[in-house]
Amino acid sequence: MAEENVVRTRNVKKVFVMGNVALEALKGINLEIRRGEYISIMGPSGSGKSTLFNMIGGLDKPTEGKVYIDEVDVAQLDAYELAWLRCRKIGYIFQTFNLIPVMTALENVTLPMTFAGMSTDESIDKGIRLLTMVGLGDRFQHKPIELSGGQQQRVAVARALANDPAIVLADEPTGNLDLKTGKEIIDLLRKMNKEQEVTIISATHDLKMLDVSDRVFWIRDGKVERVERRADLDLNIGTVEGE
Amino acid sequence: MAGQEGKIGKQVVLPLSKAVEISVKSIKTRLGRSMITASGIVLAIAFLMSIFVSSSINKALLEKGSAEIRIQLQDLGGEEQAKQMWLVVLSLLVCVVGIANAMLMSVTERYKEIGTMKCLGALDRFVIKLFLLESGFMGLIGSIAGALLGGLLMTVVSGINYGLEVITKFPVVDFLYYFAIAVALGTVLSVIGAVYPAYTAARMVPADAMRSEI
Ligand SMILES: Nc1ncnc2c1ncn2[C@@H]1O[C@H](COP(=O)(O)OP(=O)(O)OP(=O)(O)O)[C@@H](O)[C@H]1O
Ligand SMILES: [Mg+2]
Repeated sequence: MAEENVVRTRNVKKVFVMGNVALEALKGINLEIRRGEYISIMGPSGSGKSTLFNMIGGLDKPTEGKVYIDEVDVAQLDAYELAWLRCRKIGYIFQTFNLIPVMTALENVTLPMTFAGMSTDESIDKGIRLLTMVGLGDRFQHKPIELSGGQQQRVAVARALANDPAIVLADEPTGNLDLKTGKEIIDLLRKMNKEQEVTIISATHDLKMLDVSDRVFWIRDGKVERVERRADLDLNIGTVEGE
Repeated sequence: MAGQEGKIGKQVVLPLSKAVEISVKSIKTRLGRSMITASGIVLAIAFLMSIFVSSSINKALLEKGSAEIRIQLQDLGGEEQAKQMWLVVLSLLVCVVGIANAMLMSVTERYKEIGTMKCLGALDRFVIKLFLLESGFMGLIGSIAGALLGGLLMTVVSGINYGLEVITKFPVVDFLYYFAIAVALGTVLSVIGAVYPAYTAARMVPADAMRSEI
């Protein structure tokens, strides 16, 4: 199982057309991510990280090329299968948290379980368990607006794990958090990665993320510039910070 | 790769009870704006109901009222009635457009929420279901309020014109009948007004929905 690719992309391209201007945001991305890895996707603003995130997460379609999740071509899925994939296979975390504002923390976490067909009692038990795990056991009746950014992101982490996904995709999960809170979220993701063996793929600017990543994909201008393992990283951080 | 097939399932669900719970919560939490949306329905249905009630009171008085009132009523021609129907149709039209407009706005400001729901596994029809339920509930409540308002107001006005006989000869059965019609019509029109906005919202690609920063 160790060699299994949970995500694989083949020459993924994405062109945005605005009026008569075409912008090639992704210029042929090839990558393979194995089950249980913690991957960071690094790159300057506008390099195409979020676009890639959307392609891998089945949130948008590539203009060209293929995305495989568990060796299934995402483009071949019908609407039901795609919804199922988003519901059960992938958990999403966003820079802006994206909790449903009218729902409490617990309701936010249990919503994907409802979609997955779990009974209300069962989902409440599991929701409380997940919220306790992310350190919010006592805040589950609060609405997002009553929680701090860090707390909201913890709810989002719990929600992403609601249906025991194979993959958690995070787009700049620490982007709106201060240093310390950001570190806590990174550690939390690392813990989930270790304990639940969930594959984490995180787009980020955050150099703190490098410490915990198994591999880092450096993206520039819509292309994968280089891929580094953690062991090779330390040498290069200095140059990045000097940028 | 062999043995990988069947890994992707198909079933995602949103039970009606949950959908009702979510849409009611959404109305309650946004009470202020829900009331603004509903006020259009209240007014249109109040207008409709007032015309229903005044015509059924007139009819009752023509049949059973005192001679004096009957003479008074016979002076009102049928021309009046045709004009009133036209006004009713117009007001209902305005009501539908108003609801569609309000729903469209509420959809636009919730793009991100809709995108998020789709990320969590919502099908297009879950989104449609939620918006139609929401609009249906607002329509129901707004129509009941409007029908009560219009009905009561017209009864009072008739009472002032024709005196106590309006109460003693009050057409109760007709009133209930028209009340039901007005409420049903208001609810149905609210749902119709929400179809297009809900459909637009549901069909959005999640990535685009999430990008909108409002
Ligand atoms: N829906 C869209 N329509 C048009 N252009 C888009 C769209 N989405 C992204 N782009 C463009 O594609 C390029 C890559 O954008 P993307 O959001 O993927 O960058 P990013 O690496 O996530 O940047 P950041 O670090 O600032 O979030 C940018 O030039 C952006 O303007
Ligand atoms: Mg981005």
